[in-house]
Amino acid sequence: MSDATALIANIPLDELIVCPQCDAAYRFKQPKSGERAVCQRCHKILIAPRHKAGKHIIAVSIAVVILIIAASVFPFLSISAAGRSNAVSILDAALSFTRGPLLVLALLTAGFIIFVPLLRMLLTLYVLVPVVFNHPPARHAMRAFRLSEALRPWSMAEIFALGCAVALVKVADLATVDFGPAFWMFGILVVLVIAQDGYLCKWSVWNSLEHPEKS
Amino acid sequence: MEFAGTSGKVITAREAGLVACTRCSRAWPIANKRCGRCGAKLVSRDFKSLQRVWALWVMGLICYFPANIYPMLVTRQLFNVDRSTIIGGAVDLAHHGAFGIAAIIIFASVVIPLGKFWAIAFLALHVREASGATAHRKLWLYEVVEYIGRWSMIDIFVVAILSALVQLKGLATITPGPAAFFFALSVIFTMLSAQAFDTRMIWNGQPKEDETPEHV
Repeated sequence: MSDATALIANIPLDELIVCPQCDAAYRFKQPKSGERAVCQRCHKILIAPRHKAGKHIIAVSIAVVILIIAASVFPFLSISAAGRSNAVSILDAALSFTRGPLLVLALLTAGFIIFVPLLRMLLTLYVLVPVVFNHPPARHAMRAFRLSEALRPWSMAEIFALGCAVALVKVADLATVDFGPAFWMFGILVVLVIAQDGYLCKWSVWNSLEHPEKS
Repeated sequence: MEFAGTSGKVITAREAGLVACTRCSRAWPIANKRCGRCGAKLVSRDFKSLQRVWALWVMGLICYFPANIYPMLVTRQLFNVDRSTIIGGAVDLAHHGAFGIAAIIIFASVVIPLGKFWAIAFLALHVREASGATAHRKLWLYEVVEYIGRWSMIDIFVVAILSALVQLKGLATITPGPAAFFFALSVIFTMLSAQAFDTRMIWNGQPKEDETPEHV
């Protein structure tokens, strides 16, 4: 065992932080608000705390929950051609695959664009609200945050938004397309979801769940 | 962040006799099986993950063929029925002059999936040895695959929007074809395949001084 290795091995475990991407171990040092702790080997961002991030995230999450529910009920797009018209909501679009094996696809689509983003926001609120307002963490908060993190890649609202743009171009020469209220709500929603992701520092959440009194 | 080692040399948790939680970055003695903080399963290097990577990769590839052979969209306009495949649809768009959109579709449904199959296979084949590319290159490739993989779903969403929206009875209707199902499965399997990959293996086969290339 070399000196450096022995040094790491002698640091108490809760003062270590290990890069999840390349396994490099570091002695933990709290970065200042707005600073980031980055792995020196693979450049993965390990900690990125922000001032009052918790309250911002809670506010954004509440807004997103309201927008998702509203955007999935109100008409999203409507088309008309030669006197015939059709208006659809996001829920209609997601559930448009309803025959045979395509039903599975309908459920997956609805999940990716409505239910997964909605569930992630609710889980985030459940985990963060007690911690941010200096209460002990909610029951099963860790399990909730774990689920929320596992669902992260499957939340595809922003991809759906770009899909809309492509679909509109395809329909444009077939019929006239009008935007419903839900279309604009969904636009705002995408921006908020991305902003919320940028604000959330995973490590800070885990740490505050482990040591609620320090946060 | 303070370097715990000396003179900029990276010490891994494994070398220090520890095992790290990849979910919450906490370190534990190597004998621990579960993270005491977040409950994640602890494995120092998940070499078995390659089996999962390959299994899901093969599933994704199997689904990718029918996704390109069967029609993706069935458009009924008055008397003609048009069944277009993924590539056929993009070619149609290009004929109508929508080159930008055709490019997005080709990029999202052909270039990205094929690139992903190649990239995951390359990583899985070369992860054990120091050959192929430097660790930084491999990691970069992995990050690109992980970030961009989800965007292939765009074609599925286009089909969903179109087939919900274009339901003008007697005038024009659009219904999804079987390819949509296979394409979605293919994307999901490749996403799972990339997620199964344990990136820490990339640095394992590297020579110790991997910060400075040996051949300049």
